[in-house]
Amino acid sequence: MTTKQASPWGTALRQGITAGAIAVLLALMGMVETFNEKDIIEGVLSLGLLLVVAILVVFGSVTAGAQADARVAVRLAASALTGATTELFLIGLVILGQQVNLRPIFPNASPQLWELLQFGLTQPQSYFAMLGFGAIGGLLGAGLTLLSRRFRGPVIVGVIAVVMIGLLEDLIGITIASNPIFATSPLVETFNEFFLAQGIESGLSKRGAVVVFLVASVLAYSWPLLRSRARSRTQAMPPRRRHGLALAIYGVFVAVLLLLPNVLGPYLTDVSNSVMIFTLMALGLNIVVGFAGLLDLGYVAFFAIGAYSMGILTTTAVGDSSGQIVWGPGFSFWGALPFAVFFSLMAGVLLGIPVLRMRGDYLAIVTLGFGEIVRILALSDALKPFTGGSQGIVEPGLPTLGQVTASLNSQELYYYLLLACVGLVIFIAIRLRDSRQGRSWMAVREDEDVAQAMGVQLVSAKLLAFASGAAMAGLAGAVFASKVGSIYPHSFDLLKSINVLAIVIVGGMGSIPGVILGSLALFGLPELLREFSEYRYFVFGAVLVAMMLTRPEGLLPSAKRKQELHETLAPDGEPPPEIVAAPGGAGSA
Amino acid sequence: MAILSSRKVIKRFGGLVAVSDFDLEVQERSIHSVIGPNGAGKTTFFNCVTGFYRPEGGEIVLDGHMLVGLRPDRITRLGISRTYQNIRLFSNMTALENIQVGEDPHLRSGIVGAIFRTPRVRQEEQETLDEARRLLRFVGLAGLGDLMAKNLPYGSQRRLEIGRALAGKPKLLLLDEPTAGMNTQETAEMTAFIRRLRDELGITILLIEHDMRVVMGISETVTVLDYGEKIAEGPPSEIQKNPRVIEAYLGRGSAAQMN
Repeated sequence: MTTKQASPWGTALRQGITAGAIAVLLALMGMVETFNEKDIIEGVLSLGLLLVVAILVVFGSVTAGAQADARVAVRLAASALTGATTELFLIGLVILGQQVNLRPIFPNASPQLWELLQFGLTQPQSYFAMLGFGAIGGLLGAGLTLLSRRFRGPVIVGVIAVVMIGLLEDLIGITIASNPIFATSPLVETFNEFFLAQGIESGLSKRGAVVVFLVASVLAYSWPLLRSRARSRTQAMPPRRRHGLALAIYGVFVAVLLLLPNVLGPYLTDVSNSVMIFTLMALGLNIVVGFAGLLDLGYVAFFAIGAYSMGILTTTAVGDSSGQIVWGPGFSFWGALPFAVFFSLMAGVLLGIPVLRMRGDYLAIVTLGFGEIVRILALSDALKPFTGGSQGIVEPGLPTLGQVTASLNSQELYYYLLLACVGLVIFIAIRLRDSRQGRSWMAVREDEDVAQAMGVQLVSAKLLAFASGAAMAGLAGAVFASKVGSIYPHSFDLLKSINVLAIVIVGGMGSIPGVILGSLALFGLPELLREFSEYRYFVFGAVLVAMMLTRPEGLLPSAKRKQELHETLAPDGEPPPEIVAAPGGAGSA
Repeated sequence: MAILSSRKVIKRFGGLVAVSDFDLEVQERSIHSVIGPNGAGKTTFFNCVTGFYRPEGGEIVLDGHMLVGLRPDRITRLGISRTYQNIRLFSNMTALENIQVGEDPHLRSGIVGAIFRTPRVRQEEQETLDEARRLLRFVGLAGLGDLMAKNLPYGSQRRLEIGRALAGKPKLLLLDEPTAGMNTQETAEMTAFIRRLRDELGITILLIEHDMRVVMGISETVTVLDYGEKIAEGPPSEIQKNPRVIEAYLGRGSAAQMN
């Protein structure tokens, strides 16, 4: 075989081999089979099939994208080859699986899996079908790269919309059906019949899928146009009206958030509450890691301190028959909350002092140890009279506000409480970020020594970062304790710290909208997609690796504030000087 | 009158004596250069002055304040700013933010004020921003303030570093090879700019520089270091003729030949 450099066929084969290996792995892990039970589009596309198609399309488009200068026919053929190679691996797997019993090693290697991969066809024809299927999948991927940028985005958005709605179909159906406002309406009946397939886990109906795809892609297509038009229109407005409009938009947004529990129903409200607890923690960790650049792997410790403070101060189970817990002042929720926040804040300062001189990896290891120390202390016999050891604390206080809260069910109560906490914490985080303190943190993150040489007080900057991050985690922990109704040491393991760190990294370090999106994506989605539960950490890891390779700055990286031009130019109308005009500015290239 | 004086400063790294018994008097409103071959201990001395290193012996005095043992941020607050041999900007912050960080020693607002954004804090922030914009223009980077520092061209990064140092309103500015890596024209501009700093702002300048045209062109006094020891000091014209200096730079043989 002649080895020409970057021959299209060589690339195609390489991509096909990678894709094939991934497909075989996913099949043997049982993902294809488990996911097959869930339909995205009724009778057409199951989630398991989608998984295979996604691999084919992604690698097909990679192959086609790598041959940017080749002729279209060559690109298409190369992608088809990639897809066919991928399926070749699956064919190999099927043949091997039918000859040898793989089940002792791979429990998921069942006859049903082989049948599924062969589309239920009999032996010889099925192989051709699989090869053809692979080629078509690869071609679809190549087709995506041939589309102009203007169309590619909307098509992808449309597909994602169909998949998401198809996945969440059950939830949407149940939410609507159980809602007292919508359930009785005859419109809902027709809506359900039109869009959603009947039956359990059956996804969208075919016409529903087409409509969703069209609506989503048309919206995505016209979005840039709409946005620029809206922008030019708002810029033409007098500042006063623009301000009013912004206020109105905020008002609508807040109103939607306040009314949301009525629409969502108890289950989804509860999911939102869990997401918001993670958001609170992630906002705090974002200050420590994202703003100040101090890698903290024991962040869960502050969450634990907040939760235990709430538990110990409010529990009503003191001196019960088991005799585990012997001390508890029996505060109310609101009485204990400031203490919980204060104690975690102090813990942040106490952790901060010994680690002031450490940075990077050393800091990570010490904080990791701190997190474990707190968990083990909570488990220890010495503190058992207070923390209850491994039996934990039950019946912590509930947040009540007389008449106001009595009318809410418990999910709604915590929803509003958490919403207020998240709002407050976002407000504080933004104010801190845009202040002298925020600049000092970022300077410390960029170069600690130089920051200090510029006059930044390292000690106070670091302690403030640890303390404010810890206080936010403590707040989250206190509400968590009350919401869950029991506190056990195993809720505070290392994994929780890692999860919160993953939110910050995936969302975009230092970006507040990123943190919110990150917690929705990493905790909201898996909570809703029960199919994933078994593979949650596998998907988690794969997503993290993929993110770091393709988008290391995160989903929504923090935007830099523009401060120089938009105000200096306004008074005297002086145009910004060209870069070359700055004396000595142009570097010799 | 001397604004900065060091007496018998010693800095060792293990067995290596990087700076040994170094005496230096920097006159107020002067441009004073420290030169010497690579590894002579120039940057080490800068690091001792700014508090990065703690010298093993000797004392450094700025305007009557003892500097040895103080933290870098305290020393900056007393009126010393510096730039670095290898540019050390806050690369992922905008040019304007870099300068604003430099203004930190003169800000008073605290964390509570920042959360409530009291009128006083808001006013201080506005003043900080205005001052940063002014300094940006002063160093010739108007219009580049919203770029990330790492995206600026090399020469502009050097200027920004000086702008950031000026934001601390220093009495004494330490410049560590400000023209390193610049072409002839950029070097000439930088030289003129350094002179402006002294003439217009009245800042005393202590300079480490390898480019002899710059050193001889702008300094009033030149101090020569070799192996951590001062081997000569005086006006540029004297230094150029000093046999020990020529020897340190070119080796003993060449010095003998020239004589």
